[in-house]
Amino acid sequence: MKSNSLIRLIFVMLIVACGSAAILGFVYDITKEPIKRANDAKELAAISEVIYEEFDNNPFQERTQIPLKKNKGQVTLYPARKDGKIRAVAIKTSSNKAFGGSIELIVGFFLDGTISGYKVISSKETPGLGSKVSEPKFSEQFIGIKPKRKTFKVKQDGGEIDAVTAATISSRAVIDAIQKAYDAYHKFSTRM
Amino acid sequence: MSYLMIFITAIFVNNIVLSQFLGICPFLGVSKRISTALGMGFAVMFVMTLSGLVTHLIYFNLLQPNGLTFMTTIVFILVIASLVQMVEIIMQKTAPMLYHALGIFLPLITTNCAVLGIAILSVQKNMGLMQTVCYNLANAMGFTLAIVLFSSIRERLAANPIPKALQGAPIALITAGLLSMAFMGFSGISH
Amino acid sequence: MKKESYQNLTRGIIQENPALVMLLGMCPTLGVTTTALNGLGMGLATLLVLILSNSAVSIVKNFIPSTIRIPCYITIIATFVTVVELLMTAYLPNLHAALGIYIPLIVVNCIILGRAEAFAAHNNLFQSLLDALGMGLGFTLALVLLGLIREMLGAGSAFGYHFIGENGYPILMFIMPPGAFLALAGLIILFNKLRRL
Repeated sequence: MKSNSLIRLIFVMLIVACGSAAILGFVYDITKEPIKRANDAKELAAISEVIYEEFDNNPFQERTQIPLKKNKGQVTLYPARKDGKIRAVAIKTSSNKAFGGSIELIVGFFLDGTISGYKVISSKETPGLGSKVSEPKFSEQFIGIKPKRKTFKVKQDGGEIDAVTAATISSRAVIDAIQKAYDAYHKFSTRM
Repeated sequence: MSYLMIFITAIFVNNIVLSQFLGICPFLGVSKRISTALGMGFAVMFVMTLSGLVTHLIYFNLLQPNGLTFMTTIVFILVIASLVQMVEIIMQKTAPMLYHALGIFLPLITTNCAVLGIAILSVQKNMGLMQTVCYNLANAMGFTLAIVLFSSIRERLAANPIPKALQGAPIALITAGLLSMAFMGFSGISH
Repeated sequence: MKKESYQNLTRGIIQENPALVMLLGMCPTLGVTTTALNGLGMGLATLLVLILSNSAVSIVKNFIPSTIRIPCYITIIATFVTVVELLMTAYLPNLHAALGIYIPLIVVNCIILGRAEAFAAHNNLFQSLLDALGMGLGFTLALVLLGLIREMLGAGSAFGYHFIGENGYPILMFIMPPGAFLALAGLIILFNKLRRL
């Protein structure tokens, strides 16, 4: 009697697990493509938003990884070409010094290394506070400047960037991420 | 991230209960007395560290190599639930004293979202094994600190006259709010 | 019979509101309600899981021996949570990013296991559906209200629409963690008053 009920328990549990696995496998299969497309679409939209030069290739397909020095990880570079020549680049970069952990941006550069704009693609910053780093009031300060180590800091740290009120940490994280992207771009352009 | 920083950040700056809102149910539910709060705190410490270790091994050795990361939630909750059951049975047989002290809290931990939440967060952050264990232990210590502080305030509140409208849940939440505000003062430490 | 159905449907909305009266599912209630829209998204995700799990539990209740009912229920719930998570990543990526860790945590939301155990395990499919709908709507209502209060006070906007202008100073604290506790306390006081009327 006892072993019989144990077998029954295992049998029922097994059926429940199989049913759950079947449902999961099915849903995973049908959502696999849309999930990939949703992720790609988000990055592609951000890329075309930060690059002002005309381009005729698909920067997303030509992406390359650029390692940073001192084990700081790597960034992804998307080259924008017209007639085969690189006109501008977008770089996906991140910083883990943000208030809510890490923040991910796509930064656009003109060929001479000036910033053409950036877009936050993922962050866990406090809505209405740290999240304001993606608003134009803050982000427009970066357009047209070249990050120089001495002055590319928030004013509180002796630099020349106006931090978002009450969100200095998030502002610093954006600067940190852009600095990484610039270093990577520098490395890329000297190699080119 | 250095190990010291993991502890400071998890206990004070990003306190699991007061700023990440994980494990609120036991935080509000078993915090009427300091002794029970301590018991719950230690039980969580024990389970969270152990489950952090096990889920980390499963994630990086079983789920990730096979491309099954979408099953993280279901696998983790089942592992944690069985782990809690197993700990309960082993503790009952081998350490009856400890079981007597922590036993009643163990079943409650299965539905404590702090355990599952921290397990998921630590694999999302791609930490190494040692870091994961520290991160889990540190967060559990943060939980214990928060619940013990909270229960000490509630013990005193019980002896004071409280306006009728605030009795019960509201005064507890206001207390938690003030505690959380106090913890915000730590946010300057990291970064 | 009709009266019973009506009661099962409406009980969760006011009298036994899971978040404001029974204080269940506090983690998402406090964690995601920085804006009304996040609250709405979380509420609806929970509602969906609740409907699926309550129906599934009520269908299979007779086949499951009582000794292993909890692991079975958890498996069922976790399956549906993963389904909802996958669908959300695919079709609502922005909302999924905003709700983050709280989506997988629907699994341990006490409301869901609680309703499976306390209601769906003893009632037929139709009544369980009504119960899930009522409880889910009550939870959504609480989350939207709390989100709206916090967003209005803390960010000066409602459902994303700014109403205090560029130079207004909202009470930032309400979108920070302490504000979550205080706003919920206020909402519960109001709700208790309302319930006694």
